[in-house]
Amino acid sequence: MAVNPEETDLNKKHIVTLNEKEPLAISTKDLHVYYGKFEAIKGVSLEFEKNKITSLIGPSGSAKSTYLRSLNRMNDEISSAKVTGEILYKNVNINDPEVDVYTTRKQIGMVFQSPNPFSKSIYENIAFGLKRHGVKGKETLDKAVETSLKQAALWDQVKDKLNQSALALSGGQQQRLCIARAIALKPEILLLDEPASALDPISTSQVEETLIELKENYTIIIVTHNMQQASRISDRTAFFYLGHVLEYDETRKIFTNPTIQATEDYVSGHYG
Amino acid sequence: MEETVQHFKKRSPKRKQERFGKTISLVATIFIVSIVFSILFFVASRGLRTFTEHGVSAIDFFAGTAWRPGEVSDAGEPLVGAFPMIAGSFLVTIFSALLATPFALGAAIFMTEISPKTGKKYLQPVIELLVGIPSVVYGFIGLTVIVPFIRQIFGGTGFGVLAATLVLFVMILPTTTSMAVDTLNAVPRYYREASFAMGATRWQTIYKVVLRAASPGLLTAVIFGMARAFGEALAVQMVIGNAALVPDSLTTPASTLTSILTMNMGNTVLGTLENDVLWSLATILLFMSLFFNILTRWIGKKGAMK
Repeated sequence: MAVNPEETDLNKKHIVTLNEKEPLAISTKDLHVYYGKFEAIKGVSLEFEKNKITSLIGPSGSAKSTYLRSLNRMNDEISSAKVTGEILYKNVNINDPEVDVYTTRKQIGMVFQSPNPFSKSIYENIAFGLKRHGVKGKETLDKAVETSLKQAALWDQVKDKLNQSALALSGGQQQRLCIARAIALKPEILLLDEPASALDPISTSQVEETLIELKENYTIIIVTHNMQQASRISDRTAFFYLGHVLEYDETRKIFTNPTIQATEDYVSGHYG
Repeated sequence: MEETVQHFKKRSPKRKQERFGKTISLVATIFIVSIVFSILFFVASRGLRTFTEHGVSAIDFFAGTAWRPGEVSDAGEPLVGAFPMIAGSFLVTIFSALLATPFALGAAIFMTEISPKTGKKYLQPVIELLVGIPSVVYGFIGLTVIVPFIRQIFGGTGFGVLAATLVLFVMILPTTTSMAVDTLNAVPRYYREASFAMGATRWQTIYKVVLRAASPGLLTAVIFGMARAFGEALAVQMVIGNAALVPDSLTTPASTLTSILTMNMGNTVLGTLENDVLWSLATILLFMSLFFNILTRWIGKKGAMK
């Protein structure tokens, strides 16, 4: 049996919440996103655990990326987008015009689908965000560049060519540079929007290893179309479908014994 | 077997069509290229006669400040110093570009980064309209508004480099703006997203990312504006005063290469020095526009390599 809109009961959901022992990193309550009149996200409430990797999976058009982008207010940059509901981060509802988006984005970093380094040097790419937030001094910057490149497992490959253009790096290296650039700001949460979809298998596994290492210090939320990737690296998985989250649980459970029929159909490849 | 070979070797109508299309475009290309080269050759060969036929030295021509074709100096040398016009042309070009660039950049940033909707809906048509206004209209407005205005404030006749600069400023503003808009629009969206995602503000993103990435294109836009200013004849001629003097003030009558050309080309006899020396001015104009052209291509290549 396949997932299809007519036969899927969108009201039947299975969403776990965190227990007391599991520290909360960020959560949303009844989050809706509208593009003009179109409602892309229809009330999503999720809790993300600290220092864990959470995957957002689901077919194209299920609004995973839209959801991810609202978590650090990137949807503000789309003039037609409107976000309602609560995004709770450190007990503050950051979905509030009063909240400073620049501070928010510094603490909730983002890496995009295709690597998007600036046509500047490797060094400048990483120093960019720091400088914009007022970090000064060559030594401080040097150190931050080195640390974040090391964390992104790129230091050994680029330490001799920090002043060369970032565009000369391979796709996988560029993506890890983008990760390094994001973590240079010392965010607490890292949002990744299909970070490996433009990469070959070897670069993909390098990025995955990097993410697993980063988990110790960061909370990672990743959108992926790659089922194996979700099951390999993530602790929890949310299944998005037509703007709803139908199931949210331990990754193991989602992939071996999901509660909702649509989830099972999707993860076993019977979609459409 | 033989049949199959025949089948594939048969001249189909498609092949004919293909060759026909190729021939037409090749002929058109050759035609255009030959026109360009004959113009270059014609103008340059006429222009060089000043030096070959009439024996004017290049130094006297380029550096001489006395422009009275038809008269000779005490030493018997013809008075055809083109320096006043060369200086005038460069002055109005540089001043109008200096004045127009900040406004053009500001308008382009507003139209692409700050309020793209208003930009598309209201400013784009306005700018397109400004491009389409004939230069004689600009000149006429300059003559009836700007020149009296300058006369009132600075005294004198009102004609001069300042009046020409102001008219050219309005004329090159739309050219530079619309090219700058295209350049800024061509900066990939993901550069902006990357910058925003790191918590940079809109202004930081514009200043540190978008403008940097667009700088070769913006430079090209400015140079295109300069090329237009350098080549503009009619509007400038109407407001600059057309005195072949090295401008020692912005508000005294001066002249440019183009204004002297349009003033005098009907009044000289072919083959005389008076006529040939105008061709020399035209040659300078031609090579300057060639220079602007090469410069923009060079910048484009440099920018692409980054």
